[in-house]
Amino acid sequence: MSMPFYVSPEQVMQDKAEYARKGIGRGKSSITLAYDGGILMMAENPSTLSKIGEIYDRIAFAGVGKFNEFDQLRKIGVRYADVKGYSYSRDDVRAKALANAYSQAMGDVFTRELKPLEVEVIVAEVADPELDHPNDEIYRILFDGSISDHEGYCAIGGSADELGSFLKGEFRPGIPLGEALRLGRRALQRATDGQPEVPPENLEVCVLDRTRIGRKFRRLTTEELIEHLRA
Amino acid sequence: MQFPGLGGSYQGSSFSELLTVDYAHLKVDWSRLAGSHTGLSAPHGTTVLAFKYGEGVIVAGDRLATEGLRVASRDVQKVYATDEHSMMAIAGAAGPAIEMARVMRIELEHYEKIEGESLEIDGKANKLSQMIRANLPAAMQGLVVVPLFAGYDVRRRIGRMWKFDVTGGRYEETEFEATGSGGLYARESLKKTYNSGASKQEALAAAVQALTDAADEDRGTGGIDTLRGIFPTVIFCTVAGIEQASESEIRTAYEQLVERRSADRASGGAS
Repeated sequence: MSMPFYVSPEQVMQDKAEYARKGIGRGKSSITLAYDGGILMMAENPSTLSKIGEIYDRIAFAGVGKFNEFDQLRKIGVRYADVKGYSYSRDDVRAKALANAYSQAMGDVFTRELKPLEVEVIVAEVADPELDHPNDEIYRILFDGSISDHEGYCAIGGSADELGSFLKGEFRPGIPLGEALRLGRRALQRATDGQPEVPPENLEVCVLDRTRIGRKFRRLTTEELIEHLRA
Repeated sequence: MQFPGLGGSYQGSSFSELLTVDYAHLKVDWSRLAGSHTGLSAPHGTTVLAFKYGEGVIVAGDRLATEGLRVASRDVQKVYATDEHSMMAIAGAAGPAIEMARVMRIELEHYEKIEGESLEIDGKANKLSQMIRANLPAAMQGLVVVPLFAGYDVRRRIGRMWKFDVTGGRYEETEFEATGSGGLYARESLKKTYNSGASKQEALAAAVQALTDAADEDRGTGGIDTLRGIFPTVIFCTVAGIEQASESEIRTAYEQLVERRSADRASGGAS
C-alpha cells in the first residue's frame, strides 16, 4: 500500500496563494472610484473583451486576472441578480449579498480545488437616497474568498497595493467625473506594467450614474472619454 | 467551471431558459394550474393596438380587465416597454400575459448583460414567439396570451411590429394591427385614419380615436375615464428610444375628439 506524502496544510495554502497571486500579477489592474454623480470603474484594457460589466440596476462588476474565470463569475452574478429581482423585487437586489455569495463560492474553490482561482473582483453599488441607501458601496473579493469593503476608492490586480497607496494620497470625496477620470488614468499609469501614457482607446471605462433612471450602468465611449480627459 | 452554492448548471444567455433549467420552482406552470380548475375564470385583457407613423411605431392599450361581466380592474397596464427600443402589448388572460411581459423584459436585459450587446429586433420577436409557444398547453385550457410586439429597428431605421397566434406563430405587420376583444373595431377605426407619415400628435389622435371606438362597441374594453383620471397607456418608439405619452397629452387628444364628434352631431351626423 502506498502512503501519500504528508504536506502541511500551511504549505498547501501558501503554494496555492502564491500560484494565484502570480496569475493575477500577470494581468493589468483595475480601479473603482466614487465621484460626485456616482461610481467610476476603469481598467487598462486594449482588447475588446470586457473586464467591467453591468450586474443590475445599481450594481456593477470589475474583474482582473484570468479572463475566463472572472467572466464566469460576472455571468453568475448577472444570473443571481436577475433571479433574485424576479422572485422578490428589483430594489431587493443588493451588492452586499452578491459580494458575500462570491466570497463564499471563491473561498470554497480555494479550499477544495487543486487549482485556485486567479482572479480578484469588485462589486460596487451606487447610493440611492430614494431607497434609503445613503452610501456608495464597494466590495473587493480576493482569490481565496477574503472580502473587504472600501470607502471612496479601491484598486485590484497585480499592482493593487501601489495603486491603492497612490489613490490614498490623491483621492478626495465628491470630485467631478472629469477629475475622477484623470485621477484614474494617472493611477493606472503608475501600475508597474502600465504604459507611461495610456492612450484613451486602451482604457475601458464604465460608470454607475446616479442621475440615470432605472439601470444606472453606462459604458463610456472613447470619444466621451477623450472629451472628459481634455477638460 | 461550477461554483457550489452559487448558480446552477445553465450556461446560456436566456433568462426564461435559466428559470426552466435551474429555478423550475419559480416558473409558473399555467397549464397545470388551469388543468386543476376546469371552468376557471381569469381576468381577460381587451383592446391593444400598434401602428407605424412618421417617426417610428406607436403602441396603445386600454386599462380595463373584466371577469365575465364584472370589472376586475379599471387600471390594469397592458402596454409595457420591454427595453429601450421595444415594447409589448398584451391581450388575453391577464395573469399569464402580465407574467409573460415581465419575463420578456428581464429576458432582453439579461441577454444584453450576459452577451454585452442587445438582440436584433427580429431576435426579440422570435424569443417572444417561443415564450408564447411554451404557453400553448395553458392556452388550450383557456389561458390564451396573444401579444403584439413592436419596436424600432435601429439598424434599418424603421418602426416594426408583429402579431402572434396561440401556437407562437409570428406575423410581421406593415401598417397597423389591433387585437383583443375590441381589436376588430380598433382596426376598422385605424383603417380610416392610418397614414404612414403621420406626426406624433396625429398618431396619438388616431390611437385615442381607435381605442374610443373599440370601447364604444366592445363591453370588454375600457374607455377614457375622465372622472377617475384613468387614461390608456400610449407608448411611442423612435430612433431615440421609448417615450410614454403623458396624461395631459392624452386628455387633450381625447377632448379634441369629443369636440369634433359633438360638432358632427350638431350638424346632423352620427357619432
